[in-house]
Amino acid sequence: MEAIKMTGIVKCFGRVRANDGIDFTVNEQEIHCLLGENGTGKSTLMNILFGLYHQDEGEIFIHGKKAAISNPNDAYELGIGMVHQHFMLVNQLTVLENIIMGKEPGGLFLNKKKCEEQVSGLVEKFGFKINLQEKVENLSVGMRQRVEILKTLYRGADIVILDEPTAVLTPQEVDELFKILRQLKKDGKTIVFITHKLNETMALSDRITVLRKGKVVCRCNTSETDEKELAAKMVGRSVETVITKKGQIRGGVVMELKNVRLLKKAQETVSLTVHAGEILGIAGVDGNGQQELEALIIGNKKMKEGSLLINGTEARKMSVKERKKLGIGYIPSDRHKNAMIADFSIAENFLLGYQDKPQYNSHGFINYANLRKDAQEQADRFETKLAGLDQPIGQLSGGNQQKIILGRETSHDPSFMLVAQPVRGLDIGAIEKVHRTLLELKEQGKAILLISAELSDIMNLSDRIAVLYEGRVSALFENGEYTKEEIGLFMTGKSAGGKNS
Amino acid sequence: MADINNFLALMLQLSVPIVLGALCGTIAERGGIILLGVEGLMLIGAFAGVAGSFFTGSAFAGAVISVLAGAFAGWLYALFCLKWKAQQSVVGVGINLFASGITAVMLKAIWHTEGMSDSVEAFSSFTVPGLSKIPVIGALFYEQSPYLYLMILITAAAWILFYRTKYGLRYRAIGDQPYAVQTCGVPVNRYRYIAMMASGAIAGLAGSYLSLAQNNLFVTDMVAGRGFMGLAANIFGGWNPIGSLGAGMVFAVAQATRFYLTDFEIPSQIVQMLPYVVTLLILLFVGKRVKGPEALGKLVD
Repeated sequence: MEAIKMTGIVKCFGRVRANDGIDFTVNEQEIHCLLGENGTGKSTLMNILFGLYHQDEGEIFIHGKKAAISNPNDAYELGIGMVHQHFMLVNQLTVLENIIMGKEPGGLFLNKKKCEEQVSGLVEKFGFKINLQEKVENLSVGMRQRVEILKTLYRGADIVILDEPTAVLTPQEVDELFKILRQLKKDGKTIVFITHKLNETMALSDRITVLRKGKVVCRCNTSETDEKELAAKMVGRSVETVITKKGQIRGGVVMELKNVRLLKKAQETVSLTVHAGEILGIAGVDGNGQQELEALIIGNKKMKEGSLLINGTEARKMSVKERKKLGIGYIPSDRHKNAMIADFSIAENFLLGYQDKPQYNSHGFINYANLRKDAQEQADRFETKLAGLDQPIGQLSGGNQQKIILGRETSHDPSFMLVAQPVRGLDIGAIEKVHRTLLELKEQGKAILLISAELSDIMNLSDRIAVLYEGRVSALFENGEYTKEEIGLFMTGKSAGGKNS
Repeated sequence: MADINNFLALMLQLSVPIVLGALCGTIAERGGIILLGVEGLMLIGAFAGVAGSFFTGSAFAGAVISVLAGAFAGWLYALFCLKWKAQQSVVGVGINLFASGITAVMLKAIWHTEGMSDSVEAFSSFTVPGLSKIPVIGALFYEQSPYLYLMILITAAAWILFYRTKYGLRYRAIGDQPYAVQTCGVPVNRYRYIAMMASGAIAGLAGSYLSLAQNNLFVTDMVAGRGFMGLAANIFGGWNPIGSLGAGMVFAVAQATRFYLTDFEIPSQIVQMLPYVVTLLILLFVGKRVKGPEALGKLVD
């Protein structure tokens, strides 16, 4: 029998039809991947199932019975639980408190013992290794995810929805998660797994539903398809999933960072060099000093010790503006906060940070003629889809925003590019473009520091890889020397043990 | 020894409005609502108390009316913040200005005077013979009002509610991660409305202490910064009821000291300034070290 059956689901946000007549069925006791790019309506569909949104049209059947789900409580009553992409946990509370929240056993007063008995039963049954008394803020991301899964199980879910659960995990944690999911399936649970990652879909699922632009474009058994076919279905055309790198012509040192402390608790300082014509990739789980590294190099955070040389000039005490004048191009990790002003026009955003350049300046007034010419040129170069240069940049898709920013930052001939999380939130087409651009820049002899949470990007693009763990470089090596699994180990704190560090 | 008891008794008297104000802040802000309007809520309470006592002829009835008026104002406050989604700091400042204005207008309407109301029935302080002679502890029974014991009771009740019951667990979680709690099926806004009304009620009570226990009349703007001091005490106390009580006492010491410094040749302006300077200093040095609720000001649908 079908655990979930959704028929003719339509959901509109304003004029956008996020779900456009979707039929979606999941069999009992299977792992079903809901595959699609960002913004294709996967999360919308599942949020409808979980009662966070209400469909405009369509019906839902759970275990064959018609269901009206108007809030998460209804969903839980029907045995549906959801693990969100952004964890819904309260950091200051313990694991136990988070799990029982909203469904505490007993009366008015909390009975710690009773709570613990109930939850530890579950923990043992499914083989989770977790300390119930630990505060959530002290847990790793992988552990937090387990708390989320436990929360759904504690509420008696037999259908568990996971929204992009691997986005924030190390390869080892992904393996652990998959083990847990398979165990859950064995115990009779039904799993819906939302993702845009093809390899995970192939590795984990029994059946697959692919969404594109709010519609189902493919339903199949995993054993009858392959990554290439799925990618083509997802994007609507064939894509090169792996871009090949050309050989490296390494030049002189362009950026040199010496003895810089990234995190207060870090035991060691960090030293890195980036040469002309190479990409140095920074791998690591988010929150291990990546943001600090980015902010220290560009100058958003004061450098208290160590030194930063850009083309041989000491930049430690320089302002952001002075540093950029030394030849830094910067793609910030937080696009909306640090790279653009959403309500300003594309042309104005193109000026951002370069307002002093003589070509954009005529006697203290903005030279719009030159600005528009350059902006249009770069927009064309990156095949940006826009209504016009006067359109607010906030109206563009993430991919097109990133293209404008790439155009701006590369058009002033930087010698060093600081590139942080360049593909975060982009669709496959835009990711491909960003990757190509970075490799082109490298071939032109730019030095590139690439900080990314996507390990596969780091491995595909970088010539050398440094792994950050708790604010220090836990390993540094030439690409190709180590496998994904080994890098994963360093990401979780295995020390370099004398190897190339 | 009598001197110490006198000083402590004075401190306790002065602590009541500050501690109650701090509790208002703790109760509202633990659930994620920025409560800058304590001052105004207290002023409304102070006025309602005097007006209530004037019309009923009973101080007790006046106090009850001040609590009801405070709860009503808290509910209005919540409507602005939660239903109409106004910026919470602005609502707070708005309530303070509104309270100052409306009480002055009503003062004129009822007593046809400006600045001060007529005297009304008020609570008189009492001293328990014998008990008040015990060193230190005796201060608790020397020239005190029922408000002091009520304050201790409310503090204890708030602490037990926060840390020992499931509703407290949920409510504390709302202040840190309201979406998480909502996803667990807890009606976040209902908790917040109730908390705001409780907070308003306590502020009303604090106001009536000023007008019906410390005085027997209403004076315009008679709260004189005690609401803000309470807020500072709430932060100093780490958004915790017991912490608020302790921090409120520290501020009360500064207030009480003021009365003892009049004998020295210090300009009275400087002496008057003392509690406010202490507030500033404490916020400066302690304020950044304590961690407040993570979701202050964040709304859910």
